[in-house]
Amino acid sequence: MSDFTSNFWSIYVTVITIVSILACLLLLWFSGKAKAMTAEDNTTGHVWDGDLREMNNPLPRWWAYLFVITVIFAFVYLALYPGLGTYKGTLGWTSLGQHEKEVDKGNAEVAPLYAKFEAMTPEELIKDTQAMAIGDRLFMNNCAQCHASDARGTKGIPNLTDGDWLHGGTPELIKTTLTQGRMGNMPPMAAAVGSSSDVKNLAQYVLSLSGSPHDSVQAALGKEKFVACAACHGANGKGNQALGAPNLTDDIWLHGYGEAAIISMINNGKVNQMPAQAEKLTEGQIHVLTSYVLSLSNKGVSAQ
Amino acid sequence: MVSLYAARKDIYPRSVSGFFSRWRWAMVILTQLVFYGLPWLEWGQRQAVLFDLGDRRFYIFGLVLYPQDFIYLTGLLVISALGLFLFTAVAGRLWCGYTCPQTVYTEMFLWIEKQMEGDRSARMRRDGQLWSMDKFLRKGGKHVAWLLLAMWTGFTFVGYFTPIKELGLAFVQLNMGSWEIFWSIFYGFATYGNAGFMREQVCLHMCPYARFQSAMFDKDTLIVTYDAERGEPRGARSRKTDPATLNLGACIDCTLCVQVCPTGIDIRDGLQYECIGCGACADVCDTVMDKMGYARGLVKYSTENAMNQHWTKSQTLRHVLRPRILIYTSILLGVVVAMVVSLALRTPFKVDVVRDRGVMARVVGKGDIENLYRLQLMNATESMQTYKISTTGLPGLTLTTPDTVEVASTESHWVTVRLVAPFGSAEPGSHVIYFDVEAIGTTDKVSEKSSFIVPR
Repeated sequence: MSDFTSNFWSIYVTVITIVSILACLLLLWFSGKAKAMTAEDNTTGHVWDGDLREMNNPLPRWWAYLFVITVIFAFVYLALYPGLGTYKGTLGWTSLGQHEKEVDKGNAEVAPLYAKFEAMTPEELIKDTQAMAIGDRLFMNNCAQCHASDARGTKGIPNLTDGDWLHGGTPELIKTTLTQGRMGNMPPMAAAVGSSSDVKNLAQYVLSLSGSPHDSVQAALGKEKFVACAACHGANGKGNQALGAPNLTDDIWLHGYGEAAIISMINNGKVNQMPAQAEKLTEGQIHVLTSYVLSLSNKGVSAQ
Repeated sequence: MVSLYAARKDIYPRSVSGFFSRWRWAMVILTQLVFYGLPWLEWGQRQAVLFDLGDRRFYIFGLVLYPQDFIYLTGLLVISALGLFLFTAVAGRLWCGYTCPQTVYTEMFLWIEKQMEGDRSARMRRDGQLWSMDKFLRKGGKHVAWLLLAMWTGFTFVGYFTPIKELGLAFVQLNMGSWEIFWSIFYGFATYGNAGFMREQVCLHMCPYARFQSAMFDKDTLIVTYDAERGEPRGARSRKTDPATLNLGACIDCTLCVQVCPTGIDIRDGLQYECIGCGACADVCDTVMDKMGYARGLVKYSTENAMNQHWTKSQTLRHVLRPRILIYTSILLGVVVAMVVSLALRTPFKVDVVRDRGVMARVVGKGDIENLYRLQLMNATESMQTYKISTTGLPGLTLTTPDTVEVASTESHWVTVRLVAPFGSAEPGSHVIYFDVEAIGTTDKVSEKSSFIVPR
């Protein structure tokens, strides 16, 4: 990976840096050699405006040595660390490397704590206030961006505090969801359903499944079109957690409520994704998070 | 030939006693009683003054400050700066001569040096001699005493940031944390180096104050000054002879004023930037004048105007109250009063409102609009507090999460708050709302502005 598009700038920076450091040394050497005009009265001999004279108040010699030490320090530093263009330094330090080191150090510090948690079942962890406090922080830092601070989600993002699960709510399945992520895919079904009035009738039937207000005549007409949906949502619309197909008979409307929203789903389909966390979080963290998410739906109320 | 870099000339300040010297020692004792003593005071169950960097809580007696109270540190720095301007305009480098840590620790180290090695002449003689057992023991003893004092200073410094009694215990058990060890040694070593070796070089070459002090002086500023008119021509004479017959001034050229000077200057050359205004030369000259039977005050605190125009003491003092001084004083008083009042009226808790990071607004139930917030409640008292949250700003706006929150003593707590506005109660767009938080059982109340968003 190169910070510069061409080698020229790397050389440019290197040369300027080294020349500047050497120039400092040169300046120090020349100023030490400087001879002023006169000096019987401890002035430099310069006179301005007739009577303004400059006192000579020399710096202590150790001060000059300090400058030399800083120059030596600069060269040692530039040899060890990156600073000269694209030169990496003999220590091979990078900010990314340092970050990873600190993360590893942090993980190592809390490892005993997570080892204790991993030996516990999710049901036990829910009763452990320390584990739940950690779970809360993990949730706020990693999940709340989408699922919201109170875990109730929003349009397109599932509410985690109700008892409804797209992919299943057992600890094992929640853990799989967290580790591997999920891909929700509702294909566009308009072609399979038929004309736009068929789609409209089908939408009314879907509304009727959950007992929502609907036109019963249109719903009756739409019922036979539901065979196109039954492959995933089941003949009676109860959904299928193995496929991530939502239950259409409850009053939970992940992608919007009402005829228009349903028609849009039938016509356009939807691809929805829960990103995998295995890269970001350790197994212990996922274990604690699983229990925390479980506790949210168990309580059925918001997390504080 | 002028050199830009000079080897340091050793300075052996002669010890001195007198009016200004007593003041200096009084200030040394006062400042160090505070510095060494303060961390040992208790307040309730904790150290009275503790800057807990780890937990980001700063305890000053009854006061618990959060990092959010940084403005008070700013106020303190403004007061310090204005105080420095005021004192400098009145009487020059009062700070330097009497209370600056560099002066104070140098004074203490010099005292130890004098106990171990004797006064100026003895020290100079010994430094000229070859090493002997006596010289080794005296010098060694001095450094041991210096190092002990320096280490105690470093330990005390860390004691402001780590409870000092626990720190003492950890020290005895050789169990101090690495940062505590580092800062004890670093601060201790800095004390040892600055007060033992660097001394006047810090004032001359490193301290920025020395460089701009002249900008704060005027012709009515009190400075340590030599009365050249009275003193010159200087020269040695017998105590019995009348200087007038010898055509001599009052200065007997004993050079004691040069010998006592901690920065090694000759005050008779006039005001110099090296002068830290400690008054040692005035003290020693007065003792000489007493011995000679002359009037005191050949070297004294006076002003340029007073010297030139031969003012009496009361005339000089009258010029202290000039516009510049009155302006500094009134601004200083203003800032002090503002600081004290705002500290006294301060609400002992804080509220931060942060809109949810993920959700702008969502529709719930039958078209009601819900907004999410996270409130950080910071309890700046030392007891458990219960806070009641309410909201105003939109008709029908209600809180659907618990409206009371308990926060432990000096803790801060995040709480998720859900607000619901009934369907159709507000136009689409952003509306200004307020969170009103009150500590139950007190009259303290905080109102924080936020926004409620109604989607289209």
